[in-house]
Amino acid sequence: MNDGSTTASAVSPARGTSASSAINNGNGFGAYLEFEKPLQRIQIDIEEMERDQNETGRDHSQDIAQQRSRWKATLKRLYSNLTPWETVLVARHAKRPLSVDYVKGAFRDFCELHGDRTFMDDHAISGGFARIGSHRVIVIGHNKGKDIKERMSCNFGCAHPEGYRKALRLMRLAEKYSLPVVCMIDTQGAYPGIGAEERGIAYAIAVNLMEMSRLKTPIVSIVIGEGGSGGALGIGVADRVAMLQHAFYSVISPEGCAAILWKTAEQRKHAAEALRLTSKDLQQLNVIDDIIPEPVGGAHRDPEAAAANLEKYIVSTLDELKRTKVDALVARRQKRLRTIGGFFEDPGDIVRASEKKRPRQTTHRVSRLAERFGSRESSKIIGTGATR
Amino acid sequence: MDEPRKATRPEDRPGVPPGLWTRCDKCEHMVYEKEVVEKLHVCPECGHHRRVDARTRIEQICDPGTFEEFDKDLRSTDPLNFTDRIPYIERLQREQEKTGETEAVITGRGFIRGRATILGVMNPNFIMASMGAVVGEKITRAIERAIEENLPLVIVTASGGARMQEGMVSLVQMAKTSAALARLDDAGGLYVVVATDPTTAGVAASFASLGDVILAEPKAMIGFAGPRVIANTINAELPEGFQTAEFMLEHGFIDRIVPRADLRREIARIIDYCGK
Repeated sequence: MNDGSTTASAVSPARGTSASSAINNGNGFGAYLEFEKPLQRIQIDIEEMERDQNETGRDHSQDIAQQRSRWKATLKRLYSNLTPWETVLVARHAKRPLSVDYVKGAFRDFCELHGDRTFMDDHAISGGFARIGSHRVIVIGHNKGKDIKERMSCNFGCAHPEGYRKALRLMRLAEKYSLPVVCMIDTQGAYPGIGAEERGIAYAIAVNLMEMSRLKTPIVSIVIGEGGSGGALGIGVADRVAMLQHAFYSVISPEGCAAILWKTAEQRKHAAEALRLTSKDLQQLNVIDDIIPEPVGGAHRDPEAAAANLEKYIVSTLDELKRTKVDALVARRQKRLRTIGGFFEDPGDIVRASEKKRPRQTTHRVSRLAERFGSRESSKIIGTGATR
Repeated sequence: MDEPRKATRPEDRPGVPPGLWTRCDKCEHMVYEKEVVEKLHVCPECGHHRRVDARTRIEQICDPGTFEEFDKDLRSTDPLNFTDRIPYIERLQREQEKTGETEAVITGRGFIRGRATILGVMNPNFIMASMGAVVGEKITRAIERAIEENLPLVIVTASGGARMQEGMVSLVQMAKTSAALARLDDAGGLYVVVATDPTTAGVAASFASLGDVILAEPKAMIGFAGPRVIANTINAELPEGFQTAEFMLEHGFIDRIVPRADLRREIARIIDYCGK
C-alpha cells in the first residue's frame, strides 16, 4: 500500500466532475458527476423551459414541475445503488462537506488547539475542544481545504508526522480530562514527501495506532469522505468506527491498486469493485460498526441534513460508550481489534471452504442505528449488515 | 558420484542463481557463491546484504536445532474474494509452491546464543512479505506468546506493506498488531525489531516502528511511502541514500545498524541488558 493515491495528479478531489455551466436549480449544486448525466439533461430541459417562459411569457409551469419531480426521482434512483467507483466519485466530490463543515454544523463552541510541540502546526489535521449534545469532547479531523489557497496550506488533507503527533497530543489531553475523542477521517493518505519521511511518518502513525488502542477515554472515528490507507487509520483506531453512507475506506486508492495489479490505472473501476471499499462492504467484513445515512443525492446536496445525522450518531454513541467504565471500554476495544480478520487454522477448513464460498466471519454487532434514525432508508442499510 | 554432489551445488538449491560463480547485484563483481552463502548471503566484495528467505534467516539467527514453529497451518480465507489479472487464491497457491511456505511470516520459539526468544521472521520472497490477515494474526499470536511466556520478542521485518488483495482487512492488521504491542509494553516485555530490506508502508507504520530497540541491516530500504510516489508528488529527484537504514539512523528512527554477521551477538547483548 504505497499510497499510490497521493500522486500529484490526484490533487483535485473532483476527478470526473464535468464542469457544467448549469446554474443552481434550487437543489444546492452546480456540477454533475459522470454518472449523473441523466440529471444534467433534465436540468437543461428545465432551464430551457424557464428561459422560454421568461422571454415569451408562455406558461410551462406544469411541465417544469413534472421535470423537477422526474429529476428528484432520478436522483433517488441513481443514489440508491451506487457502484463502488461512483461512491469514490461522490466521496471525493468538490462540494462534499469537509470536517470543518461538520465541526460547524454538528458541534458547538469549537476551540481549536494548534501544534505538535515538536516541529510545527500541520494544517492537514486540526483539532480542539468542542461541545456536541450534552458532551464536551476533543474533536480531531483531516482538513482538505475549501479553496485552492487553503488546499495548498493543508496539502489537500495529506498530513505530515506533525499532524499525527498533534492528534495524539490532543488525545492525551482528552484522556487527562476524561473527554471523549471524536475523529473525522477524510484523506487520500499521509503526505508522501521527503520531509514526512525525514521526520518519521511511519513512526508517527505506528505510535498513534498503539496509543489509541489503550487510550483511557472513549473514541469514536468516522470516515466522512475518503479513507486513504495508513493516513486514515492513523486517527482511526476507536471504540466505534463508522462511515458516512457514501464515504469509502481503502487500503490503497483504486488508481494505485489498478496501476500495481493491472499495470494500468484505466482499470480503476475494477479495482474499486475488487477492493470492497464501500460502507456496506466494510460493515459486512466487520471492519466498521455503523453506517450513517446521507441525504438523498449525497451529503453535498444537503450538508445540514448530513451534519444533523452525524450529530445524532455521535451523541447517541457517546451516551452509550460513557455508560461503560473506562477500563472495560479499553479491554473491549482491544478485543475488537484482536478479532478483526478471519483465517483458516485447521487444514480441513480449506476443503470445507471450497465447498462453501464465504467461510469463517467474525460475529457481527447488531446495530441499533436503524432504531435511532427510524428512517426506512437507514434500516435498509443497517439491515444488510445486521441480518447476515 | 554425480548424484550426491549435485544436491550441494548452489544452482540446485532454491533461490540460488545457477553457477558456482555469481555476479553481485550491487558491485557486479563475480563472487564465489559458496563464499557468499558462508558469509550469510553477504557479498564478500562490497558487503551487500542480499535478501534472504525466512527459513535461511532463522538458521542464521537461531542456535542450531532450537527453533520450534508456531501456527504454521494458518492460511488466508481470501476475505474479499479478490481477483485482478489472476484470482488471489491462485496467486497464493503459486507463492506457496514457489517458496514451500504457507504465508509471508514464520513465527516460533528459538534460542539466540542460549537465550530463549519468541521470534517472527518475514519472508520477502512471499508476495513481498505483504501483511494480510494471516501475517497479522501470526505476529499478534507471537506477541501474545511473548507476554504469556515472559520471553523477549524479536521480529525480523521485511515487507512491501499491507496486502492489497485483502483490502481493508489487511489495513486493520496494522492496528491489531500495534494494539497487541501495547499489551506487551504494559506487561513490561522486551521487543526488538530487526529491520531488513525492504521494510516499508503498512508494516513500517505499525509493528516495525514500535520496537523498544530497533536494529537495521546496512543499506536496507526503510520508509513509508513508495519512492516513485514521492518523486511524482514533489516532482523532483530523490536525494542519494533516501529511505535507507543509514538515513533512518541519521534522522533518529532506528537505534543501530548491525551487519548480518553481528546480529546474533547484538540481539543477545540487548536481551542481557533488558534482563529477560
